[in-house]
Order: sequence, then structure tokens, then C-alpha cells
Amino acid sequence: MQTKNADYNVRQSNLYIVLYAAGLTIVCGAALAFASISLKDRQEANVALEEKTNILSTVMTLEDGANIEAIYAKRVRAFVIDYNGTVKEGMTPKNVSVASEYKKKPQERLLPVYEIVSEADANQVEAVVLPVYGYGLWNNIFGFVALASDFNTILGVSFGHIGETPGLGARISSTEIQERYKNKSIFDNGQLVSVMMQKGEGMDYSGDTHKVDGMSGATLTAKGVNNMLQEYFGCYNKYLQKQPIALN
Amino acid sequence: MSTEAAVIEKVEKKAEPLFSKKNKKLISNPLDIDNPITVQVLGVCSALAVTTQMLPALYMAASLTFVTTFSNLFISLLRNTIPSRIRIIVQLAVVSLWVIIVDQMLKAYAYDISKILSVFVGLIITNCIVMGRLEAFAMGNKPWPSVLDGLGNGLGYGMILMIIAFFREIFGSGSIFGFKIFEAIGVHYQGNGLMLLPAGACIILGIIIWVQRSLNGYREAH
Repeated sequence: MQTKNADYNVRQSNLYIVLYAAGLTIVCGAALAFASISLKDRQEANVALEEKTNILSTVMTLEDGANIEAIYAKRVRAFVIDYNGTVKEGMTPKNVSVASEYKKKPQERLLPVYEIVSEADANQVEAVVLPVYGYGLWNNIFGFVALASDFNTILGVSFGHIGETPGLGARISSTEIQERYKNKSIFDNGQLVSVMMQKGEGMDYSGDTHKVDGMSGATLTAKGVNNMLQEYFGCYNKYLQKQPIALN
Repeated sequence: MSTEAAVIEKVEKKAEPLFSKKNKKLISNPLDIDNPITVQVLGVCSALAVTTQMLPALYMAASLTFVTTFSNLFISLLRNTIPSRIRIIVQLAVVSLWVIIVDQMLKAYAYDISKILSVFVGLIITNCIVMGRLEAFAMGNKPWPSVLDGLGNGLGYGMILMIIAFFREIFGSGSIFGFKIFEAIGVHYQGNGLMLLPAGACIILGIIIWVQRSLNGYREAH
């Protein structure tokens, strides 16, 4: 009984508490650092694979269990350009973080481009996939836009988000919303006009190639998407204008 | 005299089997009369959020069971050294440790599931079941019963999660574990959108609580 009381008193002393807290922090910190480092490779591989899936899914339907790596290696030609549309030699999109480029001025950004080439002929470009990045209502939003070989018509989009409201703004990552962008065009007589998501939902914009139906209750996220597309099409504008196919 | 008593106590301890009646109850009670969700009404937030499909719900249940079991074990091992003035912080640190490890593991080995569960794995830290078991049980009991208690409560939570997810997935999307069951038997089924919303989970949870309480004859103490 005596020793138990003594134990108890020791445990109440400030020195013991400080040392205990410090020891616990070190042990927990070490365990977490170990877990983080040992799992990092696998996690990064997952993220890279997801990015490849997102790029490919804007232009083709991927079956469950499709070999993403193989398709990507065969069909995608990736390179980096600057604002003037000049290809940056010796750089691959792997070295470019779209998120950190987003913080720079548009004119100074490095811009990755993913060309999708034909399965039969590796020199024939079927589509071009451009990464986009912006800010929604609560946090960053991002995605890929695929343009057809006329460098004008949208083949498909894939959007992601970090913290948009589930059921409202978070719907940008659903196929339902992304389907609405298909076959819209971003140029009008050679002038960039982008595609605007409208306020309100349930309207028919099939006759207007620059407007898509909005998301009810998520007008601010839609605004973020609109700004993101406008800004990044602006960044890629010079590159797109340089393409051999005449814009109409 | 005192040595004799000590010896007897030790013998008794050794004689208690790993799954004695008392220890079995530690696992079976949380599944029924002491269920963390339906009786103690803890951990409801995640029960409503991650139960639209059974597979993510299963991962969530497994994650929480892992966290409660190992947190209970560690806190129980440390219980005689923890200064009572900072015991909640110590508990939080241990819980956070396991939660972050689970989260990292999911990101590495079940990436798609971890995206669906998103913040809810991280929020296990604030799940009342985990902290509740540490404070109410692990701080005052030996490691083995604490492990069983953590396991039992994790399973009790997981069981309810799976029941809710079963009804939500089958009525909401017409599938079980992603397998389109109505299509397989050739029946067209239009999914009930309410089941996919948190409100649908709330209704099912209410019905489960109702059924369980009427079976057990449980009455709220006034």
C-alpha cells in the first residue's frame, strides 16, 4: 500500500508528467515516421496510377481491371510546354506539379500536355488531354479536359476536388455532371470563349456549345469550375492556336 | 499470511481461462445488450456516412475494430504509468497513432476504398466508442480483457454498420457488395434514392434500435 501511494505521488509530479508526455510523443512520432516512410512508395504509385486512369478516362471507357500502365504507355505521349506553346525540352510532366504551378502567374507556368495517339499509328494524334487546376468553394479543384483532334471539341472531362460539399459541389466528380461537357466547344471563330456552367439545373443547353447545365445548390463550385477552365484554356490558348488544324 | 494470499491470487489468475464466461461476455455484450451504436448511441455519425455500400462499410468496421482493440491493449498496458492529469491526452495520442497507421495502410493497399471513406477514417480519432472504451474499461482492466472489450465493441459497431449498409445498398442500388442482384435474377429495379442519403441510414438505424429494444425489452431509465 505504501509503495502504491508513493507511485501515485510520483505520477502526479510535474517532472514525471513532462517526461511522460515527451516520451510518448517521441515513441508515437517514431512509429508514424516509420509507417509513413515504409508505405510511401506504394501510396505514390497509387496516386500516379490514379492520374493515368483519369487522363485515359477522359477519352476512352476503361474496363474494370484494364491494364492502365500498358494502355498509357502505348497511347499517351506526354510533354511540357510554356505559356507561348513552346515545348520545354528535357522535361516530362512527372517533374511538373500542376498544383504548385497554379500558384505562379499564368504566363510563368509550366504546362503538361498529354497527347493521345491512335492505337494503329503512333504519329496520329487523336486527342489532347490538358490538366486544369483551380479553386472551388472550399478548397482546390482539379481535373483533366480532353479535346478532340480539332483542338476545339471537348471529348470528355474528369474533375476531382478536395473538400467540396458532398451532394452539392462534390458532384463535379460524378459522371453525371462530367457527361454534360461532352461535345461542347471552347473556341468560337478562332476566339477562345471556354465553356460555362450555368446557374440553376434542369435546363437544356444542347443547342449552345459553350454552356452546360448547372448544379442546383452549388453555384459557387460551378463558378470555380468555370474560372478554372477559362484560366487554363487561356494558358493553353497559344499552344492550341499553333496546331495545324484550322480553328473554325 | 500475506504471501499465502498472494499465491492464491496468482493461482486463481492462472486458472482463469482465456475465454472464461466473464471474458466471453466482454465480446458478446457489445453485440447485443450493450451495443455501442444501438444502445449507447455512440459512433452514429460514421454509421450514417459510410454505409451506402457494404464494401466501404466493411473496411470502416475493420478499421475501427483494429483501432479499438489495439488502443485498448496499449492503454491497458500503460494504465499504471499514465499520470491522471494528462490521461485523456495520452489516450488521444495512442488512438491517433493507430488511426493514422490504419489510414496510411488503406491509402497504400486499398486506395479506392480510402477515397470513399475519405475523412471518416481520420475521424475515428473522435469516435466516442474508442475514447469511451479507453476511459471506461482499459484504464482499469488488464490487457487481455481490454483486448476482448475493444474487439467486442468494434464488432458490435461493425455489425450494425453492415446491417445498415446491407439495407441501404440493396434498396438504394439493388446490389450486395457491388454485385447487381436484381439484374442477375432478371428483375428491373429502380434504386430508392432516399436510401443513398444519410436520412435513409437514419431511418434504418431507428428501425434497428426499435426492433432490438422491443426484443430485449429494454426501457430507457427515467
